Amino acid sequence: MASIKQNLSTQPLPDFRNAGVMLRSLLGVNLLALVAALVQSDGVTDSVQRYIDMAVWVQPLLLFDLTVLALLGNALRRCPVWVARALVLLLAVGSALLWSHLWRLLGFDDGGWQRLLRAGLLGGLAAGSLLSYFALRASALSPALAEARLQSLTARIRPHFLFNSLNAVISLIRLEPRRAESALEELAELFRALMRDHRELVPLAAEIALCRQYLNLEKLRLGERLNVEWELADLPPDLEVPPLLVQPLLENAVYHGIEPAETRGTIRIRVTRNGDELHIDLANPCGGPAEHSRGNHMALDNIRERLALYYDLEARIDTGLVVLTDGRLEYRVRIVLPCRVRSL
Amino acid sequence: MSHAATLSVIIVDDEGPARARLRDLLADIEHELPNEIVAEADNGLRALAAIAGGGVDVALVDIRMPGMDGIELALHLSQLEHPPAVIFVTAFDAYAVRAFELNAVDYLLKPVRAPRLLAALQKVPQSRALDPNRMVRLAQGPRTHLSYHERGRLLLIPVATILYLKADLKYVMARTRDREYLLDESLTHLEHEFGEQFIRLHRSVLAAREAVIGFEKSGSDDAETQWQALLRDIPERLPISRRQWPLLKSFVRRSGS
Repeated sequence: MASIKQNLSTQPLPDFRNAGVMLRSLLGVNLLALVAALVQSDGVTDSVQRYIDMAVWVQPLLLFDLTVLALLGNALRRCPVWVARALVLLLAVGSALLWSHLWRLLGFDDGGWQRLLRAGLLGGLAAGSLLSYFALRASALSPALAEARLQSLTARIRPHFLFNSLNAVISLIRLEPRRAESALEELAELFRALMRDHRELVPLAAEIALCRQYLNLEKLRLGERLNVEWELADLPPDLEVPPLLVQPLLENAVYHGIEPAETRGTIRIRVTRNGDELHIDLANPCGGPAEHSRGNHMALDNIRERLALYYDLEARIDTGLVVLTDGRLEYRVRIVLPCRVRSL
Repeated sequence: MSHAATLSVIIVDDEGPARARLRDLLADIEHELPNEIVAEADNGLRALAAIAGGGVDVALVDIRMPGMDGIELALHLSQLEHPPAVIFVTAFDAYAVRAFELNAVDYLLKPVRAPRLLAALQKVPQSRALDPNRMVRLAQGPRTHLSYHERGRLLLIPVATILYLKADLKYVMARTRDREYLLDESLTHLEHEFGEQFIRLHRSVLAAREAVIGFEKSGSDDAETQWQALLRDIPERLPISRRQWPLLKSFVRRSGS
């Protein structure tokens, strides 16, 4: 199962399918090329020209290597770390040699075997520096630290919700014992989910079920005031998301959008697949700009940080206030995730 | 007389189950403390209407409610000649913590237990009236209504309908589209509380920001030009002091009108 644990601790090898890793590799190698150009040149203008010459050589090679690594992706991550590292280095050296040879055949370069060897060494060195950079980065986002951070980020629920729900359940016991029973069961499930190991991704269906249970409990308290509209486009059943991704946002929506309103309010939740992206959209009525500024940012920052830990640059969360045609304000949150299905 | 000892209670909570729970509990302690639920309300505004009629000894008030919250309700209640005792009933949240700190009022935490409710109600006869100054410190934001007395009754004006406020000797006059009201308030406090909604035009005038529709020069042949504000829905023009004018100009630029 894909998890943050795998990303950071047992696998210091970066996930080459990740856009963030690709971007960092591109920037890193080009930075090395720039440094090399500066060292070789006599002046600044000269160095620019040298860098451009070098970039023409480096870029196609780099893109080729990254493509191969992305394609190898899973297979590479299943090897022991030292084998995988050696393979990456071998790929860099080999492709640099080949590319240099091809360059010579095409007549762009007239160097002998010395130059060929130089190209191979440079390729190996660049790959080596990048690998150590990623290893350092992984230990900087120290696995233990990241895991602890994730744990503390997830397991939060408003005491306001807990005590109000308990109060509502108690009030049901005499009149509607059966409803009280099922409400307590839902509460238990909710807390089981909250106390679970939060490092593992969970099936999207489980997260949605959790949200429904949460909303059922809120409906117990708020009755007709809370209206919920779900829109789930046919999603693959084995899609995985970070745990407690949507529920805290719903809690916000109820707290800021439904509870302060005198009239019935609707929370809309839409989960759709858009190519390789999973879109989760939430909308709730909003009393005014001031209503959302308070206390709302914590949950959002929290989710943003967790998304960064799980997906680096590939996920994002956007929020905005929208004025509807009838003048009412609506608060919207959109989460975009890469579609990850259950891997090994 | 046993009837006189019966405590009249009003339950104020926006959540139906929470009201039901308090009803059950009050019935449970009926033997120890005779009580009668005279009304129930789901927000402060309705509670105030029910209590204004009199005959309520104690109000069990939830704090977080839509429309008018519990703190504001208590503030208005403190203006009554014979205010009922107020006991806040709230789930654990920032409010409760501050009520602890201030020790200003009696409060119960949800879920409420019968012995605790009984103890709180038994203290009602000797309880002191709420101190409005302490209540203000509990308030989460500006009030939604201002209250005034008319022929011995407590009445409310929604703040959103007030176009301007004007200091007038020891009172403050509030002007809505239809009429004027005299309030027992201070303009300085009002400016502090409603700074987001009202803007100062003059030493003695605050105008609702959204009601200001324009400015106009007057007495232009005079060496010193005097500006006046135009407000929607009413004919009168309000003077602007020279000290406030630069501030107002930037306000106009910001709001783009």
